[in-house]
Amino acid sequence: MRSTFRDAAHLLRPAALLLIGLAVFLVVRAAVIPKGFGKYGHYRAPFLETARSKPIHYAGQDACVACHDEEAKMRAAGKHAKVACEACHGPQAQHADDPTSLKPKLPDVATLCARCHEKDPAKPRTFPQVVTAEHNAGAACNDCHKPHNPHLD
Amino acid sequence: MEMNRRDLFRIGGKLLVLASAGATLEQIMGSEPAPEAYKMADHWWGMIVDIDKCIGCGSCVRACSNENQVPNGYFRTWVERYEVPEGYVNPIVTSPEGAINGFPLPKPTNFKAFFVPKLCNHCADSPCTQVCPVGATFVSPDGVVLVDKEYCLGCRYCVQACPYGCRYLHPETETVDKCTLCYHRITKGLTTACCENCPTQARQLVDFKNPKDPVHEFLRTHKVSVLKPQMATEAKVYYNNLDGAVR
Amino acid sequence: MMIPGVDGFMYPNEVELQWSILIVLYPYITGLVAGAFILASLERVFKVEAVRPTYRLALLTALAFLLVAPLPLQLHLGHPERSFEMYLTPHTSSAMAMFGFVYLWYLTVVLLLEIWLDYRADIVHMSKTTTGVTRLVYKVLTLGSDNVSEAARRVDDKVGYVITVIGIPSAFMLHGYVGFIFGSVKANPWWSTPLMPVVFLFSAMVSGIAAVLVLYMAAMKVKRLPIDMRCVDTIAKYLFYTFVIDFTLEMLDLIHRTYEADESFRSLDFMVHTRLWASHVLLQIGAGTVVPLLLLAATQLRRFAPGARKAIYSITSCLILVGIFAMRWNVVIGGQLFSKSFLGYTSYKMGLVTREGLLPAVALMLLPFAIFFVLIKLLPPWQHSEANAAD
Ligand code: HEC
Ligand code: HEC
Ligand code: HEC
Ligand code: HEC
Repeated sequence: MRSTFRDAAHLLRPAALLLIGLAVFLVVRAAVIPKGFGKYGHYRAPFLETARSKPIHYAGQDACVACHDEEAKMRAAGKHAKVACEACHGPQAQHADDPTSLKPKLPDVATLCARCHEKDPAKPRTFPQVVTAEHNAGAACNDCHKPHNPHLD
Repeated sequence: MEMNRRDLFRIGGKLLVLASAGATLEQIMGSEPAPEAYKMADHWWGMIVDIDKCIGCGSCVRACSNENQVPNGYFRTWVERYEVPEGYVNPIVTSPEGAINGFPLPKPTNFKAFFVPKLCNHCADSPCTQVCPVGATFVSPDGVVLVDKEYCLGCRYCVQACPYGCRYLHPETETVDKCTLCYHRITKGLTTACCENCPTQARQLVDFKNPKDPVHEFLRTHKVSVLKPQMATEAKVYYNNLDGAVR
Repeated sequence: MMIPGVDGFMYPNEVELQWSILIVLYPYITGLVAGAFILASLERVFKVEAVRPTYRLALLTALAFLLVAPLPLQLHLGHPERSFEMYLTPHTSSAMAMFGFVYLWYLTVVLLLEIWLDYRADIVHMSKTTTGVTRLVYKVLTLGSDNVSEAARRVDDKVGYVITVIGIPSAFMLHGYVGFIFGSVKANPWWSTPLMPVVFLFSAMVSGIAAVLVLYMAAMKVKRLPIDMRCVDTIAKYLFYTFVIDFTLEMLDLIHRTYEADESFRSLDFMVHTRLWASHVLLQIGAGTVVPLLLLAATQLRRFAPGARKAIYSITSCLILVGIFAMRWNVVIGGQLFSKSFLGYTSYKMGLVTREGLLPAVALMLLPFAIFFVLIKLLPPWQHSEANAAD
């Protein structure tokens, strides 16, 4: 019995090495596992806060309406009532926060209107659309249509 | 609740893998309620997309790109233009630069044609979060699939696992990036950038846990579908009047 | 509007391939490991005495490749410095998260231990006969025990046997799970099949056996030692059997796909006939499977002269190694060339000296041979086999 143990004793060495490795791993793991991991699921819970804190670029039309009475009224009266200000004017959160810091560039009418109104059979049939090349013979859309209320009669 | 395949897998895996490694301190202590006003438990976000309303203007793509600084050539949302010739096997699909400038040169044909806006489906049973080796992408308690860019390895297994092509490797951070459903907006009471800027309300952010959300009425009165239902991902983006040709 | 390299419609994020040639190397290399190990275990567990001369060689081959196996993965990661997270917070539902654990288990508990036990007598002997730094290295390798008595060696042999028995399923797991990584992606019809792990396993065995076969013959040539024909004949026989199974499985997959012809079929079929034609049909199936199978079958049916057999074995083994590489390529790269909309195809633009380019791939493929060279210097596999050949 003794001798069997003696002749197998060398096996304890790799075994010990493995166990030490495992122990070191467990200790290190416990020490460096990220804070908040697993709070809600298998991920770092604090990241939710990071994701929430990203800056906002589109203020939303409610913000614009609060200051730009005139345009708001005009828009509300026409068919663009549901078209958001920033869909045409681009992201203006910074402007809405502090209007003097950033004066928005006015949109380029030629590309702007065509993107929505160029004739395309894939568009819903009820949507007002024109073949821009034929419709106005080169004149700017806002020569006739007011962007905030495009209706003509 | 019934036990599905994935639960079994999860439990099996948990027992197998390092039950011995032990739970972290946080897991043992339990979680204390978050102090902020927004309560994740009260929301379950999704979207409805009405194909009949989309005009393919690309406002959503531009808005998303501006709001989230999406790198050039990659898309968190994009719009596809479908033409479905009768009798043909494959529809003709285009999406020039994700339709970030709309569809500048439409070819007039007599085929049935329509637009399909695409975005992450924020699946409840998402195959992408399933395969993440480290827990860097996950479904948040309010139902949004997010990527922790400070934890992501950039192995891109999730990109392979997404049936809808909604993920990409961000060329600068070298971590996977995707639609966050504008998590930074919706948790502050705003709608997403794409929905805010959609001129025809073809896409609408919805909260399934809000009993007053119009989504309930919409789902009751419309025939809706999700993309690739055979993938069984429990997608939360519902499409109204989705043509069978759409993939 | 036309994107270069793209035909038809790809989802916009699909145009760029996510998994590069490095990810082709990864299953290729682990396959060689698993295959070489299983060949080694033939001798040990299944008592195929004839392959004894390659036993140690196979173990060292397995170790050399195993040490390199994680490197392509590591290099491919966007953030290699975060890879330890796989050990910190392994996601239990992710096949990939298991890699780290399967790998460590296989490396430490199976391969290193088995090699150590087998070489212990030699290591102890060297630690007494060498000098200087070499002596120190061997001293460390003895782990401080120089008990190589008859009885101790008997214990080693028994334990080694047990480890090999554990090692076989471990080797199966190491590579079967690599197949599972691909086979379980339901979004990708080119990958998603339960046959994938099995096909990977058998192709791994084929490639590993072929690799040991050429390495053995090459080593003998370099050392100017006679090639043990009984040994190579036996290996070739096993190579033939496993290859027949592998081929059957791959054909089963192909026939099944063609017959079922589900929604993805047209798209995949088109891809195989166009973008994958050279690498899949010509290289993998033609040069890498049919030709070597016919050659091997010929050696089984007719008795060629030893010189001819050696030539045939070397040629088939090399063809097989190329063919299996092509198979890994077709799985990994092929699986990303078509759109998940089934409406278009993209192309793989391999960099040259970029991080995931051809150069690092070639370097990674050469590295195991460098390691192998160091290993056979440190732990010469020959005495053993010569001693064996003598009796
Ligand atoms: C706090 C009040 C305020 C809010 C909110 C606000 N604006 Fe303004 N905006 C102004 C003022 C004041 C000016 C004139 C600035 C100037 O002339 O320098 C202006 C100018 C503009 C102009 C340029 C007019 C020109 O003549 O060039 C545009 C376009 C505009 N705003 C759009 C918007 C949009 C879109 C929003 C919603 C995101 C918005 N604004 C929100 C106060 C506001
Ligand atoms: C359909 C696109 C569109 C929408 C929607 C829109 N605008 Fe404009 N807006 C324009 C264009 C185009 C001009 C530039 C007119 C020009 O150059 O003559 C303009 C000009 C302006 C100006 C400069 C003053 C002016 O009248 O020239 C302000 C201020 C403004 N818009 C605010 C708003 C606000 C606030 C809203 C939302 C209530 C809004 N706009 C919605 C297209 C739009
Ligand atoms: C972001 C998309 C968008 C842009 C940009 C846009 N429109 Fe419109 N437009 C609409 C929508 C939506 C309607 C309402 C359609 C409906 O009621 O079915 C509309 C309606 C109209 C109508 C029909 C009005 C009526 O009373 O029948 C005209 C004319 C029009 N727009 C002109 C323009 C002009 C000119 C421009 C450029 C300054 C422009 N639009 C820019 C979305 C847009
Ligand atoms: C010369 C003046 C003029 C110009 C310039 C002009 N339009 Fe018009 N547009 C009209 C008139 C008048 C109508 C209403 C008559 C009609 O329905 O044809 C109209 C109607 C429309 C309609 C509604 C069509 C429908 O079916 O209800 C749209 C959309 C429209 N225009 C878009 C544009 C766009 C976009 C541009 C710029 C590319 C533009 N228009 C430039 C005069 C103009």
